[in-house]
Amino acid sequence: MAQQEAGGHEAYYVPSESKLPVWLAFGLGVMLYGLGAWMNSAQTGGHGKELLFVVGFVVVAIALYRWFAAVIEENHRGMNSAQVKRSYVWGMGWFIFSEVMFFAAFFGALFYIRFLALPWLGGEGEKGITGQYLWPDFTVDWNAGTNPHPQWATPDATLAAPPLTQWLAYLPFYNTVVLLTSSVTIHVAHTALKEGNRSKLNLWLGITVALGILFLILQMAEYVHAYRDLGLTLNTGIYGSTFFLLTGFHGFHVTLGTFMLIVMLARCLKGHFTKEDHFGFEATAWYWHFVDVVWLGLFLFVYVF
Amino acid sequence: MSAVIDAHHDDHHHGPAKGITRWLYTTNHKDIGSMYLWFSFIMFLAGGVMALVIRAELFQPGQSFVEPHFFNQMTTMHGLVMVFGAIMPAFVGLANWMLPMMVGAPDMALPRMNNLSFWILPFASLMLISTLFMEGGGPDFGWTMYAPLSTTYAPDSVTFMIFAIHLLGASSIMGAINIIATILNMRAPGMTLMKMPMFVWTWLITAYLLIAVMPVLAGAVTMMLFDIHFGTSCFDAAGGGDPVLFQHIFWFFGHPEVYIMILPAFGIVSHVIPAFSRKRLFGYDSMVYATSSIAFLSFIVWAHHMFTVGMPLAGQLFFMYATMLIAVPTGVKVFNWISTMWQGSMTFETPMLFALAFVFLFTVGGFSGVMLAIAPADYQYHDTYFVVAHFHYVLVSGALFSIFCAVYYWLPKWTGFMYSEALGKLHFWLSFIGVNLAFFPMHFSGLAGMPRRIPDYALQFANFNAWSTVGAFVFGLSQLLFLYLVIKCIRGGQKATAGVWDGAEGLEWTVPSPAPYHTFSTPPVVK
Repeated sequence: MAQQEAGGHEAYYVPSESKLPVWLAFGLGVMLYGLGAWMNSAQTGGHGKELLFVVGFVVVAIALYRWFAAVIEENHRGMNSAQVKRSYVWGMGWFIFSEVMFFAAFFGALFYIRFLALPWLGGEGEKGITGQYLWPDFTVDWNAGTNPHPQWATPDATLAAPPLTQWLAYLPFYNTVVLLTSSVTIHVAHTALKEGNRSKLNLWLGITVALGILFLILQMAEYVHAYRDLGLTLNTGIYGSTFFLLTGFHGFHVTLGTFMLIVMLARCLKGHFTKEDHFGFEATAWYWHFVDVVWLGLFLFVYVF
Repeated sequence: MSAVIDAHHDDHHHGPAKGITRWLYTTNHKDIGSMYLWFSFIMFLAGGVMALVIRAELFQPGQSFVEPHFFNQMTTMHGLVMVFGAIMPAFVGLANWMLPMMVGAPDMALPRMNNLSFWILPFASLMLISTLFMEGGGPDFGWTMYAPLSTTYAPDSVTFMIFAIHLLGASSIMGAINIIATILNMRAPGMTLMKMPMFVWTWLITAYLLIAVMPVLAGAVTMMLFDIHFGTSCFDAAGGGDPVLFQHIFWFFGHPEVYIMILPAFGIVSHVIPAFSRKRLFGYDSMVYATSSIAFLSFIVWAHHMFTVGMPLAGQLFFMYATMLIAVPTGVKVFNWISTMWQGSMTFETPMLFALAFVFLFTVGGFSGVMLAIAPADYQYHDTYFVVAHFHYVLVSGALFSIFCAVYYWLPKWTGFMYSEALGKLHFWLSFIGVNLAFFPMHFSGLAGMPRRIPDYALQFANFNAWSTVGAFVFGLSQLLFLYLVIKCIRGGQKATAGVWDGAEGLEWTVPSPAPYHTFSTPPVVK
């Protein structure tokens, strides 16, 4: 590997000092401190603690904007050697791996609850004695969202998948179709970029953005449906907890991914990227495929099984 | 931003910028490494003061010094500060200083992100420590944050602890990504993977562990946050959740985390022992494979921290055997270090003393680890001072001693001056005696049944605890000597040569001492 790299070593590139990192760190600190103060005051019914969070957020947004602008500018000036570009590729790859592990924690929680802890609470299995002592009347019905203790309201219904024949009237099915399609469309856009076909690139990237937004609208409709019609909320015990945490963090990542796609669309319309050099686009595409794969896991393990 | 862009080539030829902004805006791996090391030392003193509060309270039975509630905050914050503020940043600081030099690179792969990783730390730590001054006090449930103590019964300040952990985790992940990119992408021509120095290898694997498990910790504390503020029931059995779930997720992070704190130490010792034995490292290949095996095993042993929660028998057996398996690759390492010394021309400068103490005392901690791995015996040891003795032997006389070892070994390369060998030896012997006096009696008080994290104890444990407290104060105060020694070495002294130690090998010893601001502007060739 090292031998192949020999050509890339001619000009070692080290960016000179930058004000951005320390400002970004400061902004992150203020933002999260503000968020904590806000949450704590909201719990006691207080108000007016949002300001610090907003200030921090603005600092973070400005710092990130200028940071990305600087990197793009450097690349346009041809200052990034092949080696620097490879570092960005490694960076994005490992960042996505860290995101995978973040979701792994929530999937792990779901599996542990569903296949070990909840059956035990229902009195089954090796540690079923727990349930027999604590809540002898509790029987587990995951798809009905039952809870051991009555202080936790049981929802009227959950969003578990109906039989296959009824999927055409099942919103998460459409969500799946939308997101899977968007993974194909971004691939078509990527291919167009590599062919140098700019109008095709803009068209398919635009379609991908539209699909991303459509997914988010559908997901919001589903949440409204859950809260209003089904009585399924964050406060209805473990089904609601795992459902909203998993789909919520996924939705947050889709929001981020859609935002990234919009930025890429704007950059494409401005004429950024070349056939050979478009890692910003590629990284966004990777990220988009990643949220797609997470959704497949969600659809299978949260909705279907 | 144009200033940044136009000036990008100039700084290869110039020294550092002047004034405070040099440190605020820097992208230089040596500056960032120094900031990491100083930051971790400050946190080490802060966490150390908390430890001394704990030991002062336990000097004699009865409530003598602080309120029990404050005592609980001290045990919690001592753990969090030492793990996330002292040990981990110290290793990242060493990585920053040494990895580019060792692989023949000009700097880290992503220099601006490098500075971001560092500057998150002071803000996050400020947030963490500020919880002590909040209404209701700081986190008081132990650094392991077990639910429901950390959710239902937690003080309000727990919210800030959660966000501080998010920030510290983000910093670690970015640091780790940077380290992996540097090692995989920035090596000098000819440096194949199996020619990399051991410190580089161990950090590569450590960085992988960091990226794999820090997000899992983020997930765990996020679930806490939602249980506290948004009414979910992840860790509440009444709502179908499970408090034990928290322990599973936490220790899935927590066990690889302990290897995160020890693998770089293995790397350091694998440099120092060959240097002062004037022999090559025995069994380089097996060291690499052993490190990888330890990293793999670290993912499948987490539940040995929770044998007593009531898990199925099959689970206990699996985690017991898997844990004991770790003794095999660890044994390979200890064997290799000893074989390296065998028939070597050994001298005993301060780095070597710390390395030898590391091998000996880490092995003591490893053995008590094997005892704790035995599930039926662990029912007796669990949550006693025996556990406290075990992990302080591997973390203080293990991880921390290796950091001292590294600082003494590379300090002449960093400052250009030799440190005072006499003061270094004095620091070593005071630390060595202090550590053993503080932690060895804990094996006995633990085996006799003294529970950890309790501010009072039965009279029978009084002597052991008095000794432990004396040892802790000896150890703690002798670190001021270390501070003095380091400052003295920065300010001047006998000039260091490029090679510094006559048995030391590696690219870092081919450049002058102190190492130039930008080490390699053209890549060295490794044969």
